[in-house]
Order: sequence, then C-alpha cells, then structure tokens
Amino acid sequence: MNKKRKKLLIRILISVALFVICMLLQDQTTPYLLLVSYLIAGGDVLFCAIRNLFRGQVFDEKILMAIATVGAVLLQEFPEAVFVMVFYQVGELFQSYAVEKSRNSIAQLMALAPDSAWIEEQGTLNEVCPEKIEIGQIVVVKPGEKIPVDGVVEFGNSCLDMAALTGEALPRDVAVGDEVISGCINLKGVLKIRASKEFSDSMVSKILELVENAVSTKAKTEQFITRFSRWYTPVVVAFAVFLAMLPPLFGWGALGMWCHRALNFLVVSCPCALVISVPLSFFGGIGKASRQGILIKGSQFVEVLERVTTVVFDKTGTLTKGCFSVVQIKSNDPEETLRLAAIAESASNHPIAQSLRQAYGKEIPTVSQAEELAGFGIKAIIEGKEVLAGNQRLMEQYGIPTQDCEGVGTRVFVAVNGVFYGVILIADQLKEQAVTAVEQLKKQGVSRIMLCTGDEETTTKEIAKCLKIEEMYAQLLPQDKVSLMRGILESEQKGSVLFSGDGINDAPVLALADVGVAMGALGSDAAIEAADVVLMDDNPEKIPQAICIAKKTMGIVRQNIGFALGIKLTVLLLSAFGITGMWEAVFADVGVSVLAICNAMRTLYGKK
Amino acid sequence: MKKVYRIENLDCAHCAAKMEQAIGKLDGVESVSISFLTQKLILNTEESKLEQILTEAEKICKKIEPDCAIKR
Repeated sequence: MNKKRKKLLIRILISVALFVICMLLQDQTTPYLLLVSYLIAGGDVLFCAIRNLFRGQVFDEKILMAIATVGAVLLQEFPEAVFVMVFYQVGELFQSYAVEKSRNSIAQLMALAPDSAWIEEQGTLNEVCPEKIEIGQIVVVKPGEKIPVDGVVEFGNSCLDMAALTGEALPRDVAVGDEVISGCINLKGVLKIRASKEFSDSMVSKILELVENAVSTKAKTEQFITRFSRWYTPVVVAFAVFLAMLPPLFGWGALGMWCHRALNFLVVSCPCALVISVPLSFFGGIGKASRQGILIKGSQFVEVLERVTTVVFDKTGTLTKGCFSVVQIKSNDPEETLRLAAIAESASNHPIAQSLRQAYGKEIPTVSQAEELAGFGIKAIIEGKEVLAGNQRLMEQYGIPTQDCEGVGTRVFVAVNGVFYGVILIADQLKEQAVTAVEQLKKQGVSRIMLCTGDEETTTKEIAKCLKIEEMYAQLLPQDKVSLMRGILESEQKGSVLFSGDGINDAPVLALADVGVAMGALGSDAAIEAADVVLMDDNPEKIPQAICIAKKTMGIVRQNIGFALGIKLTVLLLSAFGITGMWEAVFADVGVSVLAICNAMRTLYGKK
Repeated sequence: MKKVYRIENLDCAHCAAKMEQAIGKLDGVESVSISFLTQKLILNTEESKLEQILTEAEKICKKIEPDCAIKR
C-alpha cells in the first residue's frame, strides 16, 4: 500500500469513528460533527471537483459526487452525505488497490528478462545490463539465473526451465552447441553462452513487446463500453435535472423530495464499473493465457476465439511431429533388424537413416564396405554377412520374397545373405496430444474440423482417421491453401475460422484466417509476425485451451456488463419513485465497481 | 509512425477513455489508444507533427487529470 492510499485509509477511519460517535451521542452538536466527518472523508473530492469545474470538466465523477453529497448536506441529510462520501472513498481505495494488484501480477508474469547479466572478458567476469550485450560476447549464466539473450552454448551443460515461456513444466537438457533462448531459467550448472542476438532482438524482448501491445488493439466490447460511457453520464445527469424540475412544476410534490431523488441519479451516474472491469477482464484473460505459453496478440482475438466454429489444421509440424521416426518393426528378431539397418545406413544423412540411428540409440560401428544404390537403398558387408537395406524394388531386384506390414509410411526392408530378415516402418508420428486436442475441440462445439496439407493423400487419410477428422485436403500447394481458406471464410456465416500451422510456409493463410494460430513459434519471426495467436511450444492442446480461456473471459465480460447495467438501471428506476435512497445508490456505483473488478480478476486467477 | 509512451499517475479509467477520445481528434493523429491497465499511450501519427501532437496531448491529459504526465 502506498503513501497516498495510507493517508486516504486513515482519513476514512477517522471519519467513520466520528460518524459512529455522532450516531451514539445524538445531541445539538451532531450536525456540526457530521459536517466535520464529511469534510475529513471528502475534502479532497470537493477540492478536485472545484478545480475540475474550472477546467471545464462538467461530467466528472468527482464533481457529480460532490454535487450529490453537498445536495444532501443542504437538504439536512447529514448522515447520508457522510455515508456516501465514506463509501465512495472506500471504493476508490479498493479500486486503485485491485488495479495495482492486477497490474503487478501481469508485470510479474512478464518478468522474463533478467535485470543484469554476466559477461566474460579476458578471463574476468563483468556485470552489465542485458541491453549492453553485443553479438559474439560470452555470457555466463549461473544456476538460478535467467538467460539474458539468445545464443549458443559454448561451455557446460544444464537443464533449462522454460515454464515462463512455454508453460511446459518439464525442463529441457542443453549441452555444448545447443541453441538457447532468452528468458529460460538455468537450473543446474554454469553455462557459458555466445550471444547470437542483441537483447532487443532476443526472444524475451519480442514476447514482451507482443504482450504489452496486446491491449492496444481494443475488442469490440471495449469500444462499445467506451462509446456507451460517453453517453451514459450526460444522459443520467439530464434525467436528474428533469426529475428535480418537472414534477414540482406540475405540482406533484415538494421540490426538496424530488431534488433528493435526483441526487441519487448523480451518485449512480459514473460508468466506472464498466469502464474498468471490461478491459481488466480482457487483460486478465490475455495474462492468464500467456502464463500457459499462449500469446494472444490483442483483446479482439479473445472475442474471435470465443466464436470459433471451424478449425483448419495444417498437418506436418502442427498435428504431427514433423520428423520421421520408427513406428513399427516386423521381424522374428526386431532388435537385430534395426541394428543391421542402422549400421548399413550409418554413412547416409538421409532423414530415414537418421531416424534409424536415433531409434537404435547405441553406438554404431563404422562399416568398411557399403555401397549406396541410388533410388533403391544400401548394400553393405557387416560382420561378414551381406546386408541389403532398402525399398521394395531393391528386394525385387535381388529376387528376395518379402513380407509387408500394415500402416502408412516409408518401409525399409532388410535382407541378410539373400534372405528376407525384416521390415521397418518409418513415419511422421502424430503428436501425443493431437487426438485429445481434436476431441476437446469437438466438445467445445467446434462443428467443422479440417486437415489440409501438402502431403500425399494416403498418409493424410491415415492421419485423419486416427484423429477422427472427416474433412481433409491433401497435396495442396501454398497458394491452394490460400484459396481453400478463402472458400471456407465465405461459407462460414456465424462463427469464426481458426487456422493453425507452424508458420513456415503458411504465413499467408495464418494472416487470412479470422484467427491464425502459429505453433512452436519459439525462434520463428515470420510466424510471430503473421499470426494472431502464438503458441510458444508446439502442443496442439493449447488451441482448445486458448478457446476455453477466451470463452471464460467473454463470459465474465458479459456478466460484468449485465450485472453493472442491471443494478444501475434498477436503482435509477427505484430511486425515481423514491423507493431507494442514496445508500443504495452509492452501492450501485462503488459497490458494483468493486464487485465487477473482483469478478474480472477471476480471469487471471481462476483455475481453468 | 507508431510510438508508445508511459502515462504517469493515470488513476481513473473513465478519464483514460476521455483522453483517448480527445487526443484522437487532434490533427495528424491516425489512431490512438490509451490503456488504463498498462498505463500506456500508443500513438500512431504523422512523424512531422509528433512533437506538436505530444504537447497537445499532454495538455489534454492535464486538463482531465491534473496530476497526470506523459513520460517521453
């Protein structure tokens, strides 16, 4: 709590104490003491009101509050004036506290960048601020510290906590030669990193800029509230004036009574509850998402995400891992089959050979005699045996009968001394989370899910079947994807269309869709630029998660608008007929504000 | 040209909306956004008129909330 707020709190307490004493004493001095209590609580409001009035600000919250309470004093309603002022100030106090609190929690969320960094120069360590690090300098990161700039590990190994960036809890191991991204926390050993980017070009700066600018583009709901608030206050004040003047003119009661009712209007006339709570809800939703590694580029995309009814997925790298791996081995001795194939292919750099070596995982002896038969495979002599590893045609060429296995992918047949030994199936694997991601989307009411890819038809069909996706388009060139998206956008009338890709060759589609989600964007500038939502890791489950956050955020936004407007209008109506007084009016103003802010904070702190 | 400034002592959300509206009407301002929560003023203006617009904007802010200042 800062000084300003402490002062205000003390004033409120003194004023309340005086108020209680007055209520207990009830003698001739009571009105005077109440007046003092009123001035203690609201002196600054009166002062600001007069100052603002001279600056030509007529519909200022403080002025309206001052008129209302001064009016109450003139009508000899001292307790009411004190109460309204005290309640107003308590509300202001709470409001500024709550806003500050949520500002801080977002700032904390965004505390990705370290305040200082260590640079090694000629054997000595110097502390510098991260902005001063130059490309090529050696940065030393001790355990527990954050990596200040993007770079490559030169010395040491460790694991990195990337939770702040990706929301992924599992630490990542790094060793010499690995690229590391700023913002990760070094968990174990000392790392020496050669800076490959300056601070301003590093990941951290990019993410910070993105999130900080997210609130600059306002959602339609926010724009509506701003426009509404512009009219609300003048209209309510105008009604108050009519209410005070007209009925007494027609002789429907005393001027004092109607003035009293009109003052209630002034108390309710500030649209603060809406003006603060709606952006705060969006802010909270965006903050919450970014904590899970989902960067939403603006609050308008929260609105779009909420209405998603069509999801179009790119295949490779989005739903699949985008790298080949061994999925099946059919043989009497699978391990030996894999070993022989890995040794035979040990000299090759082809992705298939790489995946074989990776699957084998052990050290591979060098083969002295290996012959690459282009377009067919490899013939090698391993431990005195002639080993053939390659495609079906290779086997046919040597007249070796083979067995096949089920499934889609590339097959590597292995034969030893002219006899079929086994077959290895290699395929691009589905991500573990892809199936649940699609299931969750369906549960969320996404009616149309599509798969579109440049890959061949059979593979795509297989993948679509695994994921239970009915609609698929294969063998698309990048420009085909664009025209496909155009068609989808035209046919979609009510909801919005989400496209998710890895951003490498589908940037135009990302930009074209109602909301483009770039996946695994750590390190890819093009994707960050083109997309509306950026997923820091490549987990497709983050898409239903983002929609879920958007739905919840929009729900809270609507609750707040409905609640605040509902209460305000009810109280206005009731006070016009004299059923409610200023006590209820001040609740409709400040109380509603406080409740709406509390509700808005749920977007940030809520569990799911 | 897009520029971001910090606004200090911005205490009232309604005022931020009023400032935004008034600054938006200034000559040479293409778009403006004031975020009450991040206390930021995001100005999109013609570069040549930036200084003049900033001075005007500061005046507007002061008029609506006297304690408030644009940090350049």
